[in-house]
Amino acid sequence: MTPLLSVRDIEKRYGARIGCTGVSFDLFPGEVMGIVGESGSGKSTLLSCLAGHMAPDAGQVIFATRDRGPVDTVTMSEPARRMLARTDWAFVHQNPRDGLRMGVSAGGNVGERLMAVGGRHYGTIRETATDWLARVEIAADRIDDRPSQFSGGMQQRLQIARNLVTGPRLVFMDEPTGGLDVSVQARLLDLLRGLVRRLGLSAIVVTHDLAVVRLLADRLMVMKGGRVVETGLTDQVLDDPQHGYTQLLVSSVLQV
Amino acid sequence: MTDDYNFAYLDEETKRMIRRAILKGVAIPGYQVPFASREMPMPYGWGTGGVQVTAACLTPEDRLKVIDQGADDTTNAVSIRKFFHRTAGVDTTEATAEATIIQTRHRIPETPLAEGQILVFQVPIPEPLRFLEPRETETRKMHELEEYGLMHVKLYEDIARHGRIATAYAYPVLVEDRYVMDPSPIPKFDNPKLDDNPAILLFGAGREQRIYALPPYTKVVSLDFEDHPFEPSKADHDCDLCGASDTYLDEVITDDRGGRMFVCSDTDHCRTRRAAGHAGRLGAVA
Repeated sequence: MTPLLSVRDIEKRYGARIGCTGVSFDLFPGEVMGIVGESGSGKSTLLSCLAGHMAPDAGQVIFATRDRGPVDTVTMSEPARRMLARTDWAFVHQNPRDGLRMGVSAGGNVGERLMAVGGRHYGTIRETATDWLARVEIAADRIDDRPSQFSGGMQQRLQIARNLVTGPRLVFMDEPTGGLDVSVQARLLDLLRGLVRRLGLSAIVVTHDLAVVRLLADRLMVMKGGRVVETGLTDQVLDDPQHGYTQLLVSSVLQV
Repeated sequence: MTDDYNFAYLDEETKRMIRRAILKGVAIPGYQVPFASREMPMPYGWGTGGVQVTAACLTPEDRLKVIDQGADDTTNAVSIRKFFHRTAGVDTTEATAEATIIQTRHRIPETPLAEGQILVFQVPIPEPLRFLEPRETETRKMHELEEYGLMHVKLYEDIARHGRIATAYAYPVLVEDRYVMDPSPIPKFDNPKLDDNPAILLFGAGREQRIYALPPYTKVVSLDFEDHPFEPSKADHDCDLCGASDTYLDEVITDDRGGRMFVCSDTDHCRTRRAAGHAGRLGAVA
């Protein structure tokens, strides 16, 4: 099986400081990879480099495109990369305000990607938007409301619908449950897990919440100081942490 | 003409700079060319961009017509016409067919334009994507990469909210299958006239410092959806003065008991028709 995403020796520096360095891994179709670490460990920097929001200083991010096979997205042309970002990739921001157009109705938000790839039939766009709102448990009669009239959890679900509408194969998630209260978090996680499994999506989930990766991720990467300190199957890493930092991280979780 | 002014007010260096921007705009139809817009002796929003483009195009042999919302006799039109009469000494006219340069605010004349004529538009906001994407860096990138999905989001919102595309003016167009362009706030009734027009159409935005252009016979398509096609719209009446049924109309309130009349917004066209013997509901033959 060829990996969907191959990352080789990614490095990003901010001047003399290290953002992240020496990160390599393969992500296979249908697999969910969790990246955990404390604030400043370089996990968000890594995600930005992978998703093309930031240019890494060194390394390769090879993505298996539908039409041209494996291509290095770091060196590919910008139009091609932005095209990927609208079609085969999705990016779920921690703050839904970063990923949504707050002045545009829910239907318009979901439809934007369809129109960006050439959808020009209003009826079809609206139908697809309604369908996706239902899939993320937003009532159909809210389709013409603006996201600013939605609760935080609904905004996050809307952001997910907006991203998944073009049928991406790879989803980047940056703290998808950050800023939500626990019961809403649980529902969102449940929804995400269902969508990921049903659609066979591959995903990279960055979070500092170990419960999120326990539920969503097949594999886990633990980062500290811009470097990967431990990798493995999620249950294996969380139940039998080898590296000192991972042990600290696991033991820091409050037990209720 | 007083000799205290350089011909057409602007100095020659400035006119040369503007002409270069115009030439570049003509070479890349629909592309917004930045230019070093000057302070003009009128406030922004009164046509400073259009005036600079007109000044750069004027020659002593030209005959100038200025219209504001189609009318030759409104404040803006009168003052700009006098401005050029004084600073350039050119002949002015109100007849569309006789003019070589027409500066216009938000209308295209009803009389079809011909080869050799130049129509100069006054543009308040040249960026069609501005209200959806406030970042200039991002809108430039979108033009560069032809990422125009967002423009349809605006039209989608219109249909979702009003049941049809409710944008009635400044209706976005696609130029030569490449650039999405704001045609300035002309009514969408005028949009079809942009397509394949034999005249040179120039657009000047003074405050925003942009010039763009449509050379003669350019392909201009109004954006729409397959199931909600573009429709030019006008008031569902005939002109009350000249009886024309195919012109863009202004609604004029005539008293405080609901009395109103509809008249051609293009005063020159209306007058010409009445002189030729046409009369509407309220108009006697002139």
